[in-house]
Amino acid sequence: MAAQLKPKLDALEARLASLSLPEGGWSAAARKDALSRLGAMGLPHARDEYWKYTRPDTLNAPEAPKAAVFEGSETPVFSARDRLKITFVDGVFDPEQSDPLELEGITIERLAEAGTKDIHWAKDLYGVLEVAGQTPVERPLAALNTAFATDGILIHVTGTPSKPVSLVYIHQDPGSDAILHHAVKVESGGEITLLENGPAAARFNKVLEVDVADGGKFHHVRAQGRDHERRAATHIFARLGTESLFKSFTMTANGVLTRNECVIEFTGDDAVAHVAGASMGDGDFHHDDTVFVTHDAVNCESRQVFKKVLRNGATGVFQGKILVKKDAQKTDGYQISQSLLLDDDSQFLAKPELEIYADDVACSHGSTSGAIDETALYYLRSRGVPRREAQDLLTLAFLAEALEEIEDDSLAEEIRERLDGWLARRRS
Amino acid sequence: MLEIKGLEVKLEEEDKQILKGVDLSIEAGTVHAIMGPNGSGKSTMSYVLSGRDGYEVTGGTATLNGEDLLALEPEERAAKGLFLAFQYPVEIPGVGNMTFLRTSLNAQRKLRGEEEISSADFLKLVRAKAKELKIDAEMLKRPVNVGFSGGEKKRNEILQMAMLAPKMCILDETDSGLDVDAMKLVSDGVNALRDAGRSFLVITHYQRLLDHIKPDVVHIMSNGRIVKSGGPELALEVEHNGYADILSEVA
Ligand SMILES: Nc1ncnc2c1ncn2[C@@H]1O[C@H](COP(=O)(O)OP(=O)(O)O)[C@@H](O)[C@H]1O
Ligand SMILES: [Mg+2]
Repeated sequence: MAAQLKPKLDALEARLASLSLPEGGWSAAARKDALSRLGAMGLPHARDEYWKYTRPDTLNAPEAPKAAVFEGSETPVFSARDRLKITFVDGVFDPEQSDPLELEGITIERLAEAGTKDIHWAKDLYGVLEVAGQTPVERPLAALNTAFATDGILIHVTGTPSKPVSLVYIHQDPGSDAILHHAVKVESGGEITLLENGPAAARFNKVLEVDVADGGKFHHVRAQGRDHERRAATHIFARLGTESLFKSFTMTANGVLTRNECVIEFTGDDAVAHVAGASMGDGDFHHDDTVFVTHDAVNCESRQVFKKVLRNGATGVFQGKILVKKDAQKTDGYQISQSLLLDDDSQFLAKPELEIYADDVACSHGSTSGAIDETALYYLRSRGVPRREAQDLLTLAFLAEALEEIEDDSLAEEIRERLDGWLARRRS
Repeated sequence: MLEIKGLEVKLEEEDKQILKGVDLSIEAGTVHAIMGPNGSGKSTMSYVLSGRDGYEVTGGTATLNGEDLLALEPEERAAKGLFLAFQYPVEIPGVGNMTFLRTSLNAQRKLRGEEEISSADFLKLVRAKAKELKIDAEMLKRPVNVGFSGGEKKRNEILQMAMLAPKMCILDETDSGLDVDAMKLVSDGVNALRDAGRSFLVITHYQRLLDHIKPDVVHIMSNGRIVKSGGPELALEVEHNGYADILSEVA
């Protein structure tokens, strides 16, 4: 263990040399704690079991590897929606491209203003779920985030706002390194939809903490930007009270390296959490979904649905765990991770795990890796659909189960169109 | 319409000859039936005509209205008017039946350089055709053939045929697994499409289907060849005496 810790601490020391702790105000104590946690863990290492399939070095490096800014002609997703838009350019809040941070039913604050205001509810949340998520598995990049995040959006949901809050991330500087930390507290009876889209930065470290009180509802739809060379390590930490709902869907197209961790803990009975992802990679693409769901309450339902389409040597990773504690009876846990390999060069690495201590539970998991169904392809072609179009139709069909996890039909349709567009651009 | 001359086919993966010189000529507006023992090569012939992978044509020709079928991609054959109702219709999870029908119809139109059908016209057409085949809205919404009963799958094949309005229709054991009512629906569907510009090749084991869809010519296929052809009475002979007499007579 000690032998392994040394390089992790060395990596941390190198990284810390290029970072400075922001003026924290109410968040100062949480940042200081995070820094000391981090000091005990060091940064992730290739020999860590949890980083077996994804190399952490470029996520750790003192400087963000450069990433060319992608020039696409498409209008960004969600643009046409009625929403409260909040824009960050290379991790810096841009008031010009943002709406006033006001919406009936919620209050919105910025982490960067922590020095000037005391926000008690945020103080009780900031870094708290991240700490809880550090056991049983260490997540050093999340601790790093809590300590050094330069900004973020803090949302207190007391009602049901009329439109979603939409975080838009723009990448402009090829060397940008962004660290943002958002926190959402959904009070009893509150309901909110959070949208996120855009490539954010050359390297993006993001944490989202979501605390859903009894009966609260949280919906999340995210589209990770199309920049080919960007890197991202993101964490979602969610805590669910009684009869609460949490639904998170992520679409990832392109990006040279993405690690999305999602840590969910049920603390109240009868709650529901669904987390899903559809990712599509072409060429130099490495996409890792790492999910940890802890059932510590009775009669809760969790679903993990992850689908990856991989071509031209792209790599997909899934590490998913369902932990059912001794008293979490009547747990319904489901997990599926599947890849569609469009050629022999692409690969999918999956590590599904169940750890169950309660006796009255229904948990299932499955993981598959396969190619396009040749018989279905022939059937479609025999009806007049050309090969590439038929292949795309079957690819979208493969992703459909993940998209079904988006509750709002118009959002699901918008995401489907984006996936279709991604495929269509590769048709020839 | 369809001209097959000396067609020889082997499996791509194995050295197994399946069709050993098939000759068949189907004029426009006629209905031909093919009967024959299991394993004689009937499905193989229909797959090869529609362009399925895994077979190698080692001899002979097949043309549709004078055009070399075997040189075309499966989708091009479809656009030129060839249709195969599958013996075992394929399930496609995640693709809705309506999407499948609309995509097929528009893809064929596009390949032929025609305009896409409008959503309103498509809906009108599909509702009318589905009603005739007693296919309800629920079945149209479900993923293609997923969870369909055997009979539903076969009716769904005929719905596709009715929507796509092909010129040369091959029906591979469309009657197997159908009860009497479904058989009637399917036959009515086929008969409604009969006209001077359209031909049918009906593969079946049973006279029963041919009572509904009256063939002009009946062929017997055995061991990769058409060994006997005749009028509708040939099907009756098979019905009464099985294949043994015919096969021993031509051997
Ligand atoms: N893909 C295949 N692999 C192996 N054998 C095949 C394949 N396709 C056809 N055959 C063989 O070819 C012969 C003809 O089959 P088929 O065309 O299905 O006959 P039919 O439809 O007349 O019952 C059978 O012996 C069958 O086993
Ligand atoms: Mg057959």
